[in-house]
Amino acid sequence: MRILYKIALATTFIFIFGQASYAGCGISGGSIRILSNDFPALHAVVGAAEQCAGSGVTFTKNQTKEHKNFQVAALKANPAEFTSAVIANGSLVPLLNEGLVRPLDDLVAKHGRGLKKHQLITINGKIMAVAFMANAQHLYYRKDILDKAGVGVPTSYEEVLSAAKAIKQKGLMAHPVALNTKKGWNLGEEFVNMYMGYKGQLFKPGSAVASVNNAKGVAALNMLKSLTEYSNPDFLTFDSNATAALWEAGKLALATMWGSRGVTILDDKGSTAKITSNTVLAGAPTVAGGSTPATTLWWDGFTIAKNISDKDAEATFIAMMNGISTDMVKANNDAAVWLIDGYVPGKAAAGVSASASAGATPYPMLPYMGLLHTALGSELSEFLQGNESAQQALADVEAAYSASAREKGFL
Amino acid sequence: MPHRTFIFFILPSLLSMILLIAVPILSVMTQSLFIAHKQILVVSEACGPFGCVKETSVNAEATANLREKEPLGLYNGFATYTNRNHLATSEIEASWNDSAGWKDFFSQILNLPFYKAISFTLTYTFVVTPFVIILGFLIAIGVNTLATWLKGPTIFVSLLPMIVTPLIGSLILFWMIDSEGILGSTLQRIFNDNTLSLKASPVLTWIMLIVYGIWHSAPFAFIVFYAGLQTVPEETLEASVLDGASRWQQMRHVVIPYLMPLAIFVTLMQLMDNFRVFEPIVGFSASANATSLSWIIFNDLRGEDDQLFGSAAATSMLTIIGVAILLTPVLIRAWREFNSKTF
Repeated sequence: MRILYKIALATTFIFIFGQASYAGCGISGGSIRILSNDFPALHAVVGAAEQCAGSGVTFTKNQTKEHKNFQVAALKANPAEFTSAVIANGSLVPLLNEGLVRPLDDLVAKHGRGLKKHQLITINGKIMAVAFMANAQHLYYRKDILDKAGVGVPTSYEEVLSAAKAIKQKGLMAHPVALNTKKGWNLGEEFVNMYMGYKGQLFKPGSAVASVNNAKGVAALNMLKSLTEYSNPDFLTFDSNATAALWEAGKLALATMWGSRGVTILDDKGSTAKITSNTVLAGAPTVAGGSTPATTLWWDGFTIAKNISDKDAEATFIAMMNGISTDMVKANNDAAVWLIDGYVPGKAAAGVSASASAGATPYPMLPYMGLLHTALGSELSEFLQGNESAQQALADVEAAYSASAREKGFL
Repeated sequence: MPHRTFIFFILPSLLSMILLIAVPILSVMTQSLFIAHKQILVVSEACGPFGCVKETSVNAEATANLREKEPLGLYNGFATYTNRNHLATSEIEASWNDSAGWKDFFSQILNLPFYKAISFTLTYTFVVTPFVIILGFLIAIGVNTLATWLKGPTIFVSLLPMIVTPLIGSLILFWMIDSEGILGSTLQRIFNDNTLSLKASPVLTWIMLIVYGIWHSAPFAFIVFYAGLQTVPEETLEASVLDGASRWQQMRHVVIPYLMPLAIFVTLMQLMDNFRVFEPIVGFSASANATSLSWIIFNDLRGEDDQLFGSAAATSMLTIIGVAILLTPVLIRAWREFNSKTF
C-alpha cells in the first residue's frame, strides 16, 4: 500500500514537473489547430508545438496521410478548420493557388528569431512558409554485395546499371535494383527525377505548355527502363512501403528511395544486423555525364491559414516556432534532415545532404506541376512494360496533360 | 384508386427519388458541362532552402474574383466529353485517317484512357456475370441437397467471400500473390519459373481480377438462388416425378423456369456491379494493366493536388449511359415476361 502511494505521488510529481518545464511559450491565449502529414519527424515537431497548450491555449491536431486531400477545403472555411497546415513544396501550391495562407513577414520579424534565411519560403518577396526539414530520393546501396561483385560505389546511373549487371552475373541477387515505380504519383516522380538529371525543361519557358516529348525525355525514359529491367517484374506496384520491405528483406543491393525512410531502414527493427550494418545512404547518382544529381529536392514546412483571427495566427506561429526549436532537434536528431540550427547530420541524412550539396534541383512549385505529374504517372507505364515507344508514351503524357490543364484553365 | 389518393400514396417515394436520384444526376450533368476559369498567372521570384528561382504562380485574388462572378466556371458544352481523356473524337478521327490497317487502328484506340478502361470494364462484366450466375446456381443446388445439420455451417462458410470488404479482400490477396507471398511463390514453384508474376503481365492481371470478381460475387448469386429453391412448389416436382421425369429433366423444366425471374434479377445486379468494378483494381495496385471507368473517376478526383471535377462528372455520366445500355436488353426481356404473364 505504501509503495503504491509512493508511486502515485512520484508520478504526480513528474507530471506536474513535466508540465511546468514546458510552460513558457509565452502565448497569452488562443486556439491552435494543426493539420499535417503522418510520419515520425512531423510527430516530433507537432508534439513539441503541443507543449504550448494549456493556460487558455487550446490545441488540436490532425496528423494524417490524407492531409493533401482536404487541406484546401479545410482552409477555405472561414474561420478555417486549421490554423496551420504543415506542407511540402508540392502540397503548398494548391494553398497558394487559392490564396489560403497568409504572408508571415510580420510574424517572422516579431517571433522568428533564430530562423535562418534559407528556411524562409518567399514568393514575390513575401514569406509564405517556414521550412524545417529537407527530403529527396537518393541511392541506397549494400556495401557487402558491391564488394562481393567487385564493383565500386556507383556515382552515376550508368554505373548503377553496370554494378547491377555484375551482381546479377555473379548470381548474388536476381533483381538487385528497385525504384519507387508504382504507376501513379511514384512513377511520375521517378521520371521527373531522371529528367532533371538530364537537365530537361518540363514546360516551355514562360508558359504552361508541357514539353517533355524531346530527346532528353526519351533518354530519361530509356534509362528508367534499363533500370527496371534489373527490378523484380512487379516493379509497377512498387511504392515506398514495398521497396523498403524488399530492402529490409535483403532482396535489393541498389535502390533509389526517399531519404526520410533512412531512419526506419537503418534501425534494428524489421531487418537483420547484416543488412542494416551494410546499408549505406549516398547522394543521388548523376546521369549521362551530367553534374546535376538525378533527383528533386523537397522541403517540409509550416504555413499559417489566412481565414483565422490574428490572435490565433500569432499563437500558432509561436507554438510552431517552439515545435521547430533547437531542443526538439536535439531530442530527435536522426528523425529527419533538419534545416534547423543545432542539427548534426547523421548516417541517415548522408544521402539527402550529399544530393543537395551536389546541386540537385528543387521540385518545381508551379501551379500546373501537379497536373503534369498526374499525367506522367498514368501514361508512362506502358513504355516500361514494353508495349509502346518512348515517343508515344511522352506524346500521351503531353496530350493527357493538355486536356486536364485546359479543364483547369491553365491553357 | 382515385388519382388523388394515388398521388398522395406515391408522393413520399417520388420525392425521395427526385431528391436522391434525379437532383444529384442533374447536378453532375451540369458540372460536366463546365471547366475552371482561366487562371491568372504571375511570374515572381520564389526563394527557399535551395536558392531562388523565377516561378510562375496563380494570382489567387484575381482568379477568386472571376470565380465569384461565375461560380460554376466556364461553359464548355460537351467539349469535356469529346476531349482526349474521354471519348477522344478528334484523336479517333486522326488515327482512322493515319493508321495502317485495322490492327494499328485498334491499338491506337486502346492507347486512349477511356477506351482502355472500357475494354477491361466490358471484359470483366461479360466474363464475371455468367460465371457468377452459373457458379451461384450450382452451389445453391449443392447446398440444397445437403443434410439439414450441415446446411447452416455450409451457408455461412460459402457467404464469407461476400462478407469480406472488397478492398480488404483484394489487399490481402495482393500480398499473398506477391512473388514473395505464399500463393505467388507456390505458383512459381509449380511452373518452375521464377519470373512468373501475377502482377506484372496484363493477361495474368486480368485473369486474376476476373477470378477475384467471381470469387467475391458468387455467394450473392448463391444465396438468392438458394432462397428461390426453398419456394419451388413440391407438388409440381412430385407431378413431374410421376410423369417419369429424370433429375435433369426436373431441373430443366421445373426448377430453372421457376427461378428465371431471380436469374434476371441477379443478372441485373451483377451487370451493374461489375460495370463499376473498382476496389480490386486499387487493392491489387493493378492500374498499370487494368483500369475501369470508376477508376478513371477516382483518378480525376484524387490527382496529385488538383481535382478535375468536370472530367470526373463527364466520366460519371458516361458510366450511367453505359449501365443503361447494358441493362436495356435485360429490362426489355423482363418487361415482355411481365406482360405475357399479366395479359
